[in-house]
Amino acid sequence: MEKTLKKYFALFALPGLICFCIAFLIPMVWGLVLSFCEFTNITNATFVGLDNYIKAFTVDGYFIHSFWFTLLFTIVTVVSINVFAFILALFLTRDVPGTNTFRTIFFMPNLIGGIVLGWIWQVIINGVLAKYDATILSQTRYGFWGLVVLMNWQNVGYMMVIYVAALQNVSSDMLEAASIDGSGYFNTLFRITIPSVAPSITICLFMTLTNGFKLFDQNLALTAGAPNHTTEMLALNIFSTFYSRIGFEGVGQAKAVIFTLLVAAIAISQLFVTRSKEVES
Amino acid sequence: MKKTLGLILIVMLAVAGPLAAQGASEKASTPEVYFLNFKPEIATVYTDTVAPAFEAETGIKLKVVTAASNQYATTLKSEMATSNPPVIFQTNGPVGLQGSRTDVAPLENTEFYKILADKSMALSIDGHVAAIPYAVEGYGIIYNQAIMNKYFATAGAKATSMDQIKDFATLKAVVEDMTAKKSQLGIKGVFASTSMAPGNDWRWQTHLFNVPLYQEFADKSSPADATLTGLAAKTFDFTYADQYKQLFDLYLNNSTTAPGLVGSKSVDDSMAEFALGQAAMVQNGNWGASQILGVPGNKVADSDIKFLPLYMGLPGESGYGLCVGTENYLSINRHASAEAQANADKFLTWLFSSATGKKIVKEQLGFITPFNTFSESEMPSDPLAKQVVQWMNKDGVSSIPWTFSAIPSEQWKSDFGGALLQYIQGSTSWANVVKTAQDSWTKEAKIAGR
Repeated sequence: MEKTLKKYFALFALPGLICFCIAFLIPMVWGLVLSFCEFTNITNATFVGLDNYIKAFTVDGYFIHSFWFTLLFTIVTVVSINVFAFILALFLTRDVPGTNTFRTIFFMPNLIGGIVLGWIWQVIINGVLAKYDATILSQTRYGFWGLVVLMNWQNVGYMMVIYVAALQNVSSDMLEAASIDGSGYFNTLFRITIPSVAPSITICLFMTLTNGFKLFDQNLALTAGAPNHTTEMLALNIFSTFYSRIGFEGVGQAKAVIFTLLVAAIAISQLFVTRSKEVES
Repeated sequence: MKKTLGLILIVMLAVAGPLAAQGASEKASTPEVYFLNFKPEIATVYTDTVAPAFEAETGIKLKVVTAASNQYATTLKSEMATSNPPVIFQTNGPVGLQGSRTDVAPLENTEFYKILADKSMALSIDGHVAAIPYAVEGYGIIYNQAIMNKYFATAGAKATSMDQIKDFATLKAVVEDMTAKKSQLGIKGVFASTSMAPGNDWRWQTHLFNVPLYQEFADKSSPADATLTGLAAKTFDFTYADQYKQLFDLYLNNSTTAPGLVGSKSVDDSMAEFALGQAAMVQNGNWGASQILGVPGNKVADSDIKFLPLYMGLPGESGYGLCVGTENYLSINRHASAEAQANADKFLTWLFSSATGKKIVKEQLGFITPFNTFSESEMPSDPLAKQVVQWMNKDGVSSIPWTFSAIPSEQWKSDFGGALLQYIQGSTSWANVVKTAQDSWTKEAKIAGR
């Protein structure tokens, strides 16, 4: 059996490998190649060296600004989403009636697409700001907090579900032992519950972190970068670079490559750090 | 044995894949003309009327895909990269043509080029005719004659007929007096909302801006060469910034919407306000006719929809008419098969010269066409298009050409539009807006290689 498996391993891996190549590997390599080219579509590229990478930083300051904006946004949302999601999960794993209904309600915003969410919140926020003769485009901070609220609304429910599952799996023996030993609620929470759900925290941090960095639809629908590119996040900046000037497709592509490396680096180092904090339950 | 079977299976899989793909591409190679339409407002006319009529008369299939509003460049780029790219696509002027220079087929030997009345209107690149205009458009301030008549009848009116409004001073006096009497006139504001929602600021950063842009480059060369001079210009002074500001402020201060709230308004909102009689004036072009006549509950009679030029206080502006020009050019894809290219030519010639085609153009598409196949009586019947033709032929008035095709990049428009929004919201000064316009021009012109 072992022997046969070894013999046919390549054969059985082949379909998956072909799909992986067509749908992932080839586009990615081609994308990398294109970032060194001037092109209007993928069939007419000409090599220009590092030109695109230089232009990405020198032509205007929007890319750098969008990086800092995205970073700040990600920090704020990673903290807020995980804190809110965890608190909700704590409440909804208690023995109170209606927890399932509440779980469903909190999870629902996640089922709505980003563009629609953007529009919904644009209408809500503009409706509120209309009282003060302003719109979400009036000031950068309105757009920023609008995005934060939107992102929380969409993601808290999802992360909550992950935390709920983890909390239900925390060993009742340990909790019981702790309570017999006279441990208080918060002591138990920080010494037993949180270390036990550390793998879920890793997953949730990873997801919120990358979601924050990759945010596009919501940004496009809510503010589209206005006023004057100040609420433009990295992904949207890459997108608008593509269409901002004639012959700037390659610059957009170069930014996309930088973006990929950046997100990968941040996500990997985060995984590394939180993994080391996990404990065997 | 098993090994052989495995090998056979792999070989079969490898062979079958491309075969299946080939089968699909054979099906697609029927002589179909794929037209990527730019104008969403008339998308259904193409699919419901034009395509069936063309197929019935010539047997050639026409596939029309319409890009969503403001998404043409995006859609074109992705469609061009597919194995079945559009055969006919739109180019929006000299700058846009630069972007698709490797895709455009030479058109000088086509029938479609032959029916173009003024050959100088076509765009050329690399020594070949590459884009042919198909619709001339005009814009200015659209006004509602019924509301204006109501105003002229009020006590102490600053004018008694539209003919008296021939410069900015009169326009301002009338508009401000109308604002004072707005409850009496039954309107929410004289001008419809100054739409500044993302993607909706083109009426200001491109169209309104065209007037000072034209005047500056006309001063620097001659009225006839303004656009060409602009296209080569490395710098831009914004000489007539004050005039631009005068009219822009007039729009803002006499509007249905408070300046702080314009960031949430779209062009559709503005057109609806005009159609519902909440505003007496709105700046837009003849393409907006469908947005007025098609609004449910439209209260404006066809005969009351008229045009006024964009008076902003330029010297000699009484002699200016509407801004008339085009950014609607069609190009044929060089990479399409020869047969598809020939069919594309057939389709365009059919649409603009056959009896059936011309009827559709006149009655449903509503284009003011630049082709010699159309006689005076075959011009479109919607009220705004008629007005454009009238203004074009008015004695002592000359139209302002669309000089905005000289704007070096889309980025310039977004920079200027962003600055305008900040000015409206009070977060930047007018001097900064002017500086943004100048600096961004210098930078973008350099990037564009001027």
